[in-house]
Amino acid sequence: MIVQKGSEPEAVARGVAAIVARHEAREGALLPILNDIQAELGHVPAGAIPIVAEALNLSRAEVHGVVSFYHDLKREPPDRPVVKLCRAEACQARGAERIAHLFEGDPRIAVETVFCLGLCASGPSAMVGDRVFGRIDEARARRLIEEAGR
Amino acid sequence: MRVYLPCDAAACAVGADEVAAELAAQARACGIEIEIVRTGSRGLFELEPLLEIDTPEGRIGYARLDPDAIASWLSAILDGAQHSSAVGRVEDLPYLKRQTRLTFARCGITDPQSIADYRAHGGLVGLERAIALGPAGIVQQVVDSGLRGRGGAGFPTGIKWKTVLDTPGARKFVVCNADEGDSGTFADRMLMEGDPFVIIEGMAIAGLAVGATRGYIYIRSEYPHAIRAMRRAIETARLHDLLGPSLLGSRHAFDMEVRVGAGAYVCGEETSLLESIEGRRGEVRAKPPLPAHSGLFGMPTAVNNVLSLAAVPFILAEGAAAYADFGMGRSRGTMPIQLAGNIRNGGLFETGFGITLGELVEDIGGGTLSGRPVRAVQVGGPLGAYFPPAMFHLPFDYESFTEAGGLIGHAGITVFDDSVDMARMARFAMQFCAAESCGKCTPCRIGSVRGFELLDRIVAGDGVGADLALLEALCETMKYGSLCALGGFTPYPVMSALRYFPEDFAPARRAEPVQ
Ligand SMILES: Cc1cc2nc3c(=O)[nH]c(=O)nc-3n(C[C@H](O)[C@H](O)[C@H](O)COP(=O)(O)O)c2cc1C
Ligand code: SF4
Ligand code: FES
Repeated sequence: MIVQKGSEPEAVARGVAAIVARHEAREGALLPILNDIQAELGHVPAGAIPIVAEALNLSRAEVHGVVSFYHDLKREPPDRPVVKLCRAEACQARGAERIAHLFEGDPRIAVETVFCLGLCASGPSAMVGDRVFGRIDEARARRLIEEAGR
Repeated sequence: MRVYLPCDAAACAVGADEVAAELAAQARACGIEIEIVRTGSRGLFELEPLLEIDTPEGRIGYARLDPDAIASWLSAILDGAQHSSAVGRVEDLPYLKRQTRLTFARCGITDPQSIADYRAHGGLVGLERAIALGPAGIVQQVVDSGLRGRGGAGFPTGIKWKTVLDTPGARKFVVCNADEGDSGTFADRMLMEGDPFVIIEGMAIAGLAVGATRGYIYIRSEYPHAIRAMRRAIETARLHDLLGPSLLGSRHAFDMEVRVGAGAYVCGEETSLLESIEGRRGEVRAKPPLPAHSGLFGMPTAVNNVLSLAAVPFILAEGAAAYADFGMGRSRGTMPIQLAGNIRNGGLFETGFGITLGELVEDIGGGTLSGRPVRAVQVGGPLGAYFPPAMFHLPFDYESFTEAGGLIGHAGITVFDDSVDMARMARFAMQFCAAESCGKCTPCRIGSVRGFELLDRIVAGDGVGADLALLEALCETMKYGSLCALGGFTPYPVMSALRYFPEDFAPARRAEPVQ
């Protein structure tokens, strides 16, 4: 489920409460909760923060501080499918910078920079959701964007 | 007919799942039975997807298959004919023959999720011996093996365990560091996907050794395949007393769970990782106290890299001496080295310490993939130094690289050909540090931004004579004024690039080519 901007606050609250209930009893539950909110709602909506804070007996500022620290946790939902493109050294050595413009110039997707996907002998590499892609050349880039953009 | 095909993420990234689906579909259409066993990867990534088939002569490999080639492959196999993708007996491939696979002995061979396979290939013997030996005996074996931390710092694992064992605590923990953030490295990922039980067994042994009954494995979020593989393997391990209240039927308990990161390189630093598990910002803690004294939730904690823990079952099963026999000097045993970047035979190469950098890059790696001359290699991830081929005589061990102004880190080697612009790589090192700094200390947080700006000028061809002196001073400040190795070691790639490739930093260098 991707809850778009402006979706019902009650729906967000229900979704968040269900996630919190799943993890509440664990030690160090905050990051698992935030990761699940991010995965299920596509972002960590502002409305989620007080619910999580109250459940874990934390201040809103503490929860907010954690959300802002981690690159994966987003404040806004993405408006387009996200392609995570590796721009780290091993992919650079295999031509990542030469194919980057194919992604960056495409209005169907949003490109996010990541540093290493552990595919460093098979780069340039990218990730869409949980799917990974290696040996990206122009043809594979076009196919990847086509699929991701659908 | 039984075939083997990796489920490793790097094989899937180049079509292994599609090959498996096509093969299953074709088999159904032809009405033949094909059992497809999804293994880990052998680690020869240029050959992926590498399909193997059981024959009386051993496993025969077929390299770089794509779904379109499956029909012709299948008819060749059924006709007993050759197929153009054949690479012969996989075990005879020189890249594999030259390795000493202790930690990766099963990876690419067994079904990673089958505990029966694991047992049949030597698994669980280490844990059995560990139960018989008891904490002090286990620690002694690990000390005698000479095993040092594979996560980067190279601290002796046995000494760390002894510290945790000797520190009283209401509870103790074992934490496996699977954050593997260094670019150019993938050994932890391969092992989690290709032989997860060896990591679980290593953690259980660590638990016995230090007196911990609970463990965590912290896996970076960029590794969804590894996360799934570890979670599944943990469930299975519980069903077979490799985890749970009674390890292999003994009176010892140990259990563990997966924790997933959220995209922060610094969370690979052990204290930042502990903060993250506890549910806070991943800010680095000042040491002391060491995690061994006061770690997770303030309790004595052994934090170890995946490869350190996975080396332990072999050490317990075969004895410390069998492990320590390999290696050189104070670097004992084997290292799963990762050949990455612009290299012909990229992949995992496990071997005893002491092999030279040149052998790794030229003989085994086969030089660059582009066919152009090698210009630089970065050893040890984004905080590691760049070296030119003139340094290829360096033996791969902790001390030699430290002496040469570098580090082996998690043993990733990233190769660049002669088209690389080293001023841009130095700029990238600063950019990476700025992006990933936890923000706790000024030399790292602000210094990296200044360093980036300075190098950006140089890259643009607008550098002035004083810039390089400024850069050196900045690097000194970062090196000595940073709390952890992110700020403290970023000067390694920067200064080594400047030292070995000064021509790329000349003030009058031409501006960077427009992309
Ligand atoms: C910025 C930074 C990132 C690190 N990343 C990792 C990592 O991804 N994996 C790892 O095992 N160690 C990493 N380390 C090293 C750990 O702090 C720690 O030394 C290691 O986990 C200890 O385990 P070992 O003794 O088995 O190597 C990192 C250190 C720093 C300073
Ligand atoms: S050196 Fe950088 S990453 Fe390390 S503690 Fe300081 S600010 Fe944080
Ligand atoms: S550097 Fe791109 S996948 Fe590792």
